[in-house]
Amino acid sequence: MAEPILTLSGVHADIEQYHILHGVDLQVPRGELTVLLGRNGAGKSTTLRTIMGLTRLRRGEVRFNGASISGMPTPQIARKGIAFVPESMGIFALLSVRENMSLAASSGPIDEGRLEWVFGLFPPLKRFWNRPAGNLSGGQKQMLAIARAIIEPRELLLVDEPTKGLAPAIINDLADAFEELKEQQASILLVEQNFNFSRRLGQSVAVMDDGRIVFAGQMAELAGNEDLQQELLGLSLGAHQ
Amino acid sequence: MSAQNDTLDQEVVRGFRQRFANFREHRPHLFLLALMIVIPWFFMDLATWFTLTVSGLAMGLMLFIMASGMTLTFGLMSVLNLGHGAFISLGAFSGATVIVFWMNDLAGSGSLGATLLALLAAFVFAMAVSGSLGLLFERFVVRPVYGDHLKQILVTVGGAIIIMELIHVIWGPSEIPVPRPDLLRGAVILDSTVPLIGGAAVETYRLAAVLLGLLVYGVMTWIIDRTKAGILIRAGVESTEMVEIMGYRIKLLFLGVFIAGSALAGLGGAMWSMYQEIITAHMGETLMISVIVVIILGGLGSIKGCFYGAILVGLINLYIGFLAPVFAAVATVGLMVGILMWRPQGLIPVIKV
Repeated sequence: MAEPILTLSGVHADIEQYHILHGVDLQVPRGELTVLLGRNGAGKSTTLRTIMGLTRLRRGEVRFNGASISGMPTPQIARKGIAFVPESMGIFALLSVRENMSLAASSGPIDEGRLEWVFGLFPPLKRFWNRPAGNLSGGQKQMLAIARAIIEPRELLLVDEPTKGLAPAIINDLADAFEELKEQQASILLVEQNFNFSRRLGQSVAVMDDGRIVFAGQMAELAGNEDLQQELLGLSLGAHQ
Repeated sequence: MSAQNDTLDQEVVRGFRQRFANFREHRPHLFLLALMIVIPWFFMDLATWFTLTVSGLAMGLMLFIMASGMTLTFGLMSVLNLGHGAFISLGAFSGATVIVFWMNDLAGSGSLGATLLALLAAFVFAMAVSGSLGLLFERFVVRPVYGDHLKQILVTVGGAIIIMELIHVIWGPSEIPVPRPDLLRGAVILDSTVPLIGGAAVETYRLAAVLLGLLVYGVMTWIIDRTKAGILIRAGVESTEMVEIMGYRIKLLFLGVFIAGSALAGLGGAMWSMYQEIITAHMGETLMISVIVVIILGGLGSIKGCFYGAILVGLINLYIGFLAPVFAAVATVGLMVGILMWRPQGLIPVIKV
């Protein structure tokens, strides 16, 4: 197996006085889409925020491309090639779609060819290019959030619950976009609660509970084992068909 | 036929009311500005109104220049810098040093080129001194207290006291008279044949202050709207965390904004010194009341709100000062209270992500 692009070893993290991560061990394979599943409050979002340096690491290590990024400031982690789409999406509502995208292209002007490719993935962004991003619908905002993360080539993409609160038709569009990213061998760590969406896209999967990884393996293994799903996620596959 | 005409009239009136309500709701700054400018027409002759309006604009634009840095500092990093007034005083003394002591001959020559050169040197020096001190102030006074408003209030007020004492040490404790350059003394009097406002007199310096203020606003608007640094500042006002996630060092951006804001306070102070023609170390402290009112009623963090807020404060000061001088002192605060009762987040609020 190739060296993982991201490795978390024994990661502990706190939010204020609360101890949220209790020794997370996780590997994200290079060129694959890994899904991080778990119930509400399991520590999935905190894991992503800890990787990005937004939540302080108390103990343990985060390695990216074989080098430690533990304790680095967030901008430095981002410049190493990690893009992050937070659960809140972090859209700059008063800025236009164009301005949101131009900020995301932090290394220089937007590459026109890549922009056309992004427009191909998310056509509404072209239509609303000069409109304030705050006027976009929820689904369009999520498209913009992901488009910002991929407008420049990044080595790793962290996405936190992109389907939250979106209509099924929009979720399908997002899934198609992720499929295309997968075809390009992008390395993605996706936090999700929507199991159908995760099952369609995920190659690897990790399940969190109470601030720890309680299962890590191939998605096919989890998707084909209803008992395991029931045990880890409290899911009934029938209900999620 | 008549009934049809009545219905048509009612629809026109309804449409007009709807458009008026939309204008009031979506463009509150323009609505208030229009009200502020039109209402005094009923209480004074138009020539007086014109004189007061130009003077109010001059005052408002100088307040805008002083306040713009403070509103951005608060919007970007939620820093309450109550020491901002010290940079206004420092700019006034630095500018006065150039005009009164170093380039007095040029300023008094009456030649346009020499006057412009003296003014440019005074303003650049005022901005350089205030901006440089802003760099030190951010690094040693503000940075250690990010995220703690109470400590920010205490240390920035303390820092301002130190700067004002330094002004006493360098320039002495007395007031310093700052005569305007010869070319900017006196007034422009409109010909009596000019319709409606014929005979109105406008001080030359106030006209110059309006032009310079509009130029500064234009340049700032261009930077904020058109350049990547400006987009970054607007983004930072909405969400500092997201700016960092995109790989930008927000602290560096904040330092830049703090230095620029201090330099602008210095420029405002230098302009104000020639407006009042006398300066004291505590002038910045006095002006801070108006500056704080401007940034609160404009919407904390909003440059456009700060601009309109400053213009409104400038105009109400002049109009009330003329119509009912006893109420002049409370007019500014009254305006703020009224606006906040109508729009609690200010005229043009900034949305935080």
